[in-house]
Amino acid sequence: MIKLIKFILLILFLILSFQKLLVANNNSLLVDKISKNVRCLICQGQSVYDSQSDFALSMKMLIKNKLEEGKSEKQIYDYLKNQYGEWIVYEPGFNKKNLVLWIFPLILFIFGGLLIYRKVFIN
Amino acid sequence: MKKNIFYLIILLFFTFIFTVFYIGLDKPNFYKPKEVKNKILEEFTSTDLFSNKEYNSYDIIENNKFTLINIWSSWCVPCRSEHLVLMDLSEKTNLNIVGLNYKDKKNNAIKFLNELGNPFSIILTDPDGIISISLGAYGVPETFLLNNKLKVIKKYIGPLTNENILEIIKIIK
Repeated sequence: MIKLIKFILLILFLILSFQKLLVANNNSLLVDKISKNVRCLICQGQSVYDSQSDFALSMKMLIKNKLEEGKSEKQIYDYLKNQYGEWIVYEPGFNKKNLVLWIFPLILFIFGGLLIYRKVFIN
Repeated sequence: MKKNIFYLIILLFFTFIFTVFYIGLDKPNFYKPKEVKNKILEEFTSTDLFSNKEYNSYDIIENNKFTLINIWSSWCVPCRSEHLVLMDLSEKTNLNIVGLNYKDKKNNAIKFLNELGNPFSIILTDPDGIISISLGAYGVPETFLLNNKLKVIKKYIGPLTNENILEIIKIIK
């Protein structure tokens, strides 16, 4: 009986420890993903993931801590944007300053489509 | 007629592109940090460099109307010249100057202070640089002037100069 309990305990322990490992691994993948989308502000053309500067190393630790606190990916981006401004993330948000940039390809696409339509079906 | 309209559209299109790039060329393309004026500093806890006592961000403000948080390190070269300016400020005013020792070794930090003097009322430690990042700092040296509600009144990136000191004295008077 005692042997059985010991065995069950051992199995439980193993499951728990593997689960912890799995969660940790997931978090580190997420840290990598987030840090690839965050600009290293003191480096030239590098993401936080690529850089080994003091700023980037601390930023990676901060992202890891925030994830361990249970913050979501979006919450972390919002937090960083609030601290450092929009520039820190690689994907710019939709605002009136970059409206043309977002809309222009769409206009070109529609215009081109119309041209092709006219060439093929009307002429 | 149709052809003319076509050429006109093409001409307008290229004029538009040319104007956009022409204006774009004139704009400076280096990044300027966002102004953090009037932002409330995030709460943090850290330990004292000498006593290892834990401090909260509200503890360091205490009853002072203004507090200056200076991020420094013994390995940072510009911090050396800045330190003289900070010493000058601490002698001229009774401003509460708090040091945040960034990614430094305790022995080196103490040696640095013994050599150049200690203008700080408290020195907190930031061994991983996480506190500095959560304050919105870029590196060392960097300085935040706060009011008693932890609101950032002024932020200085890079070493403080004598002009900055005059400005600080003007603000706190």
